[in-house]
Amino acid sequence: MKMLINVPETVVADALRGMAAAHPELTVDVENRVIVRRDAPVAGKVALVSGGGSGHEPLHGGFVGPGMLSAACPGEVFTSPVPDQMVRAAAAVNSGAGVLFVVKNYTGDVLNFDMAAELAEEEGIQVAKVLVNDDVAVTDSLYTAGRRGTGGTLFVEKIAGAAADEGRSLEEVRSIAQQVNDSSRSFGVALGACTTPAKGSPTFDLPPGELELGVGIHGEPGRERRPMMTSGEIADFAVEAVLEDLDPRNPVLVLVNGMGATPLLELYGFNAEVQRVLTSRGVAVARTLVGNYVTSLDMAGASVTLCEIDEELLRLWDAPVRTAGLRWGM
Amino acid sequence: MLDADFFRRWMTATAESVGREAERLTELDSPIGDADHGINLRRGFDAVADVVAEKVPDTPGAVLVLAGSRLISTVGGASGPLYGTLLRRTGKALGDTAEVSPEQFTDALRVGVDAVMALGGAAPGDKTMIDALVPAVDALGESFAAARAAAEQGALATTPLQARKGRASYLGERSIGHQDPGATSAALLIAALAETAGE
Repeated sequence: MKMLINVPETVVADALRGMAAAHPELTVDVENRVIVRRDAPVAGKVALVSGGGSGHEPLHGGFVGPGMLSAACPGEVFTSPVPDQMVRAAAAVNSGAGVLFVVKNYTGDVLNFDMAAELAEEEGIQVAKVLVNDDVAVTDSLYTAGRRGTGGTLFVEKIAGAAADEGRSLEEVRSIAQQVNDSSRSFGVALGACTTPAKGSPTFDLPPGELELGVGIHGEPGRERRPMMTSGEIADFAVEAVLEDLDPRNPVLVLVNGMGATPLLELYGFNAEVQRVLTSRGVAVARTLVGNYVTSLDMAGASVTLCEIDEELLRLWDAPVRTAGLRWGM
Repeated sequence: MLDADFFRRWMTATAESVGREAERLTELDSPIGDADHGINLRRGFDAVADVVAEKVPDTPGAVLVLAGSRLISTVGGASGPLYGTLLRRTGKALGDTAEVSPEQFTDALRVGVDAVMALGGAAPGDKTMIDALVPAVDALGESFAAARAAAEQGALATTPLQARKGRASYLGERSIGHQDPGATSAALLIAALAETAGE
């Protein structure tokens, strides 16, 4: 497997050095692995800190900047960051108004952020947490670690970031983030497995004629495998899976997200099918975002995330944002 | 009686064993997880071996608390907090005496294993590291060698189970038929303990 890297051990550090060079509006601490917006802490404003394994770019470092995250902590590839990183990030961005941790529901992320919250509070930093768990492919039951957090993370980070920018309190920002999470549902499909630098070969074997339905974002297999389907059939399956769990009466935000190796030509075509299914089901679409936002290294495939919104959430979604991975209005 | 040096040698032996077995752990993690268990644990235990040699903590409890803290700050993922808590809680339960009996250590390790179960919410049979650790603690009263055998047996016995915790739980029935990488690395930790005791 050919990869554009030096050695697996320095993949994350090398990417951070490159990110620093490309984005002077960010402070990138390569050694301690913390990405902070350069003007932090912003006086009087609640700060947002997120993080998770690397390999999902632009999530999360690419979403640091005015209108979205205050800081991000990238872990090793597909491995959650450690509490030291999160505490360092919280200390760097806390203006005294408190810090909201945006955590995807994976055991590692949850445990490390919990430990970090305890340590940060010992340092006098007020911390609140929102757990993102939008993936309908996993049934939330006693028999799993709960639903995964995937594409809905982008909606949570953008909308809560806008609320923080308006000067809302920590509890208000947390509550909006929770509302966005509760209104978001995702479903992902893979057309090919991804290759982690550490392993150097695909994480699972997916023959050319088959696809995985219900995948997460770590190269793990999904909930079932079927013969390859057309873009329209996949859209029917994915959107139906989401709508089984979310019955929107209000308009929705749509994220058609690429997993990393699927070109925009295919993603836009897939979006056309997603919109067709939504129209046929009478679901009104307020805004649509198409692109690679919550990726899984070089996995081929896509996910669909819907977020049911009201006027307030739409206004916050439309608010200006200026980050490496998402930018409008400023 | 077991002194601080015994526990330092245990940590070093674990680092060597995890280093040797890193690729196998990653291989086991590939079909049901995300193929990084070996590399993550190796990074953590290498750091542990360095820090216990450099700081030379002088009680068994201090060795384990230091090792656990180091794992939490270097491993990441779920393995960092879980293994870190195992060693930290065991170390705290040992207190600050200079030497401990195998019986005292067994009791302390049980405290550590209970803390891991509380933190991760996993019970025996969930296809996690607990499936190696619980039988190991139960057998430790007999001998270190018995604990090693029980841990290895426990790891092997995870193969037919369906995962209920951690990332493999998202696969549901598809997790059946694969040995759990966390139970496997936990068996390495216990095997290194027996090796250190010369059993």
